[in-house]
This record gives sequence, structure tokens and C-alpha cells, in this order.
Amino acid sequence: MTDHQHAQGSPSKNPKPSGILPGLVKGLITTARTLGRPSHTAEYPDTKPYLPPRTQGVIALLEENCTSCMLCARECPDWCIYIDSHKETLPATTEGGRERQRNVLDRFAIDFSLCMYCGICVEVCPFDALHWSPEFEYAELDIKDLLHEKARLGQWMPTVPPPPALDPSSAEPQEVTAANKPARKPPETSP
Amino acid sequence: MNPLLEVVLRSLSVLIVFLVLPLLVGQTEHKVMAHLQGRLGPMYAGGYHGWAQLVADAAKFIQKEDITPRAADRWVFKLAPAVALVPYLVALSVIPLSATVVGADVGASALFVLAASSVGILGLLMAGWGSANKFALLGGMRAAAQLLSYELPLVLSVASVALAAGSVSLTGIADAWTPLWLVWQLPGALVFLIASLAELQRGPFDMPIADSEIVMGPFTEYTGLRFAFFLLAEYAGIVVMSLLFAVLFLGGWHGPFSDALGPLWTILKGYVIAILIIWFRVSWPRIREDQLQRLAWLILVPVALAQLAITAVGVVWSSR
Repeated sequence: MTDHQHAQGSPSKNPKPSGILPGLVKGLITTARTLGRPSHTAEYPDTKPYLPPRTQGVIALLEENCTSCMLCARECPDWCIYIDSHKETLPATTEGGRERQRNVLDRFAIDFSLCMYCGICVEVCPFDALHWSPEFEYAELDIKDLLHEKARLGQWMPTVPPPPALDPSSAEPQEVTAANKPARKPPETSP
Repeated sequence: MNPLLEVVLRSLSVLIVFLVLPLLVGQTEHKVMAHLQGRLGPMYAGGYHGWAQLVADAAKFIQKEDITPRAADRWVFKLAPAVALVPYLVALSVIPLSATVVGADVGASALFVLAASSVGILGLLMAGWGSANKFALLGGMRAAAQLLSYELPLVLSVASVALAAGSVSLTGIADAWTPLWLVWQLPGALVFLIASLAELQRGPFDMPIADSEIVMGPFTEYTGLRFAFFLLAEYAGIVVMSLLFAVLFLGGWHGPFSDALGPLWTILKGYVIAILIIWFRVSWPRIREDQLQRLAWLILVPVALAQLAITAVGVVWSSR
């Protein structure tokens, strides 16, 4: 063993005791101090737990925003979103106008027995039809009952918390920037 | 009184104490341990702060299936819980709560208690051997090694107080107790406390049942009531050792109004020791097997021998 190695090894042989009290007494003091403080336990069924606003509890559907674009169903890694829709033709609103077509959502269902709560569907939705709700008490006795249709998904919409405020130093949202832009002036006529 | 009736009454009252005090200690452990760890412990059973948790546990244990492994040594396996439990019942019957309140007044009760409580080790060995399970066998071996080496400092520290009192009767020892003993017998008391922790295989000395290494040691294969008996034996052991400590080193029933409140003083002192034992369990990590043996033979035995010498000098000095 060289001197260098020896010098490296020596401090670990005699580790300095930290503080005056031996560790055994410190342990006793730590637990006794914990005894004096109120406990950390939240008695769950009696008191609701505090859940942060971004908790991924259940996916809620705002049906009015859905255009049946199928992006969520196609991005879902588990393929647990089922969407049925049909096209409806709206008559022209003005005389001689063109008829318009739009998608009507027939069925929107999420199978929570397959869902892995990745949130990709919420991220990918271009029209904010899907939202995370912190609600988590929807256990069922039968695994088949975890397939929830759009009526049930819509019931979770009121439990969706408002989006958290932006950081004070963050850039302002795109919408605000767009609204605050000065209106485009009409092009100046060249003399 | 009819002597037969008296025997029956005394046995019954010892049995009742034997069934009630361990439950009290167990419930205390549930709650005190929880709060030492920042938890609440049982809150629902019985309505008020989970006071009936152990009753509910007992009801659960009774319903469970009583399984005997096919390869087990059947008689040894089935008898082991009783062998672990009964010695503590016998030991409790001679521990005096006051000079008059005692199950059976035996002359050499200090010796008797030590002899009876050391039979419990057989139950653990039988459980470890009879289970036909390597974890159980390992645990049984560890228990045997541990209990054998800690028996010596335990006996030596009791010998010290017996020498100081000039009596091997627990009643005699407690009657000879003076507050001076708190200083004079302090090393012996510490040795007794540590050795009794090791005898109970609790706190930092739970190597034989180390659940993270060898499942549950000798209790691995036990289910239902037989397992509950082992648990009861553990808590009965705490009761026996705490009361013994209170009688030997804390003067038992001596205290203000000791004529009227004698037994209460003994129980109160024993309860404080039981809480101390729970506190140690929560605060300290498990001691490794070699550290365990080192502590027993290189520290506790010499300290106990030194205490014996100090006691002998003190006794000779005061008798001159």
C-alpha cells in the first residue's frame, strides 16, 4: 500500500463523531420530539386529502368542445378511448348559401381499466375537450364497470380545478399577446 | 378459607392479570409507537381511539386457518407456542405486586422467576426446529445463541441485588430497597434492562425474528391462534420483565401512600419500564449478530461482575 492510499484510507477508519451526544441518545430524542408534535396522518375517509391542482385523478370530458377529430383516440398508447360519430349536414343559413357539414359525437368512452393515466390525450386535444380532474373515488366491484361513457365523463367536469396561475416572471399567454397587439392599420395610400 | 378454593382463586386472578396486562402493553405499543413515528395508530376499533384494536385482532386470529406444514415435526410444532407462553405465566405468578399481593409466595422467588422465564427459549427452539423451514431454523438458532449469552448478565445483575438485600425472595429484595440503590445498583440495573430486552428479542435485539432477513424467524410457519400465542408470549414477557425490573431495582411498591396504593405503584413503575422498552424499539436500529455477542460477553458480563464486586464491598462495609 502506498502512502497516498494510506492517507486516503485513514479518515474513514476514524470517522469523527458529529456532535457531543452519542447516536443512541440522539435517536431517543428524535422519536420523543416526534411524539410531542401532531402526527402527519390524514384520516382519509373522514377528511378529504389535499390534492395539488395538477393531480391526474380522472379524465373529464367537456362534450361541447369535442369535434370528434379522433386525435386522442389515435395517440392513446393503450387504445382505451372509443369514439363514434357521424356527419350531419346543416342547411344553408342564407339564401343561396352553401350547406355545411359538421361532426356529431355519438359515443365517447374511456376504459379506465386500460388507461395508464399518461395524459397524452389531454395534451393532444386541440380544443380543450379533455381535462384532468383530481377526483379519484371511482373504484368499481367489476372491472367491466370501469368503462365510462361520455355522460359519466361529463359529470367530472365540475371537479376540474381552474388552471393554476402563471409564474410572476413568465411570458404572458399567447392569447393576451394577440389581443393586446395594436390593430393593423389600413395600408397607407402612397402619394 | 378452603385451601383448594384459595388455590383456584389465586390461579384465576394470576390468569386474569396475565391476560389483561399484556393487552394493556400491546395497546400502549400500538399508540405510543405510532405517535413516536408521527402516526396515529389504530383509530376505529371500539370507537374511541381504537381502544378495542387488540380485541379485533384476537377475533381475526381465531378465524384464521391453523396450518401445520406437511414436513413439520407435528408434535413439536404444535406444542411450541404453549412452551413459549406458559413459562411467563408461571413467572408472573410469583412476582409480588406488594408485600401481600402475590400469586404464590415462594421463598426463592427471584431464582424461580429466572429459572421459569428461561424455559421459554425451548419454545422458540422447538418452533424453529419443528417448522421444517430454513428461515425458522436460522431464527431458532439465533434465538438460542442470543438467549444463552444474555442469560448470564441477567442472572449476575439479579445476583447483585440479591446480595445487596441478603435475600433471594423478590419480596425480601423489594423490602430491603432504599433510594440509595438507584445509584449503588445503577450499572446492574442497566445491565438487567439491556439483557432483558435481549431476552425478549425486542427493540434493537430482534435478530432472531428479523423480518427483513429471515421472514419472521421461528414464527414463519405459524398461523392463527398459535401465532397469536407467540405474540401474547412476547407481550407477557414484557410485562414479566418490566414488573421484575420495578420490583428489583425501583423498589416495587415503595412510594407515597404505599400502604394503600402498593400494587398500583409496582404496576405504574413496571408500566414506565414497558414504555421505555417500546421507545427503545422505535428509536434504535437492529444490532448485528456479532455485535450482539460482543455486547453480551465483552461489555455486559464484565459490568455485571464489577457490579457484583461493588455490591459485595458495599455489603461488607455496611455490616462492619
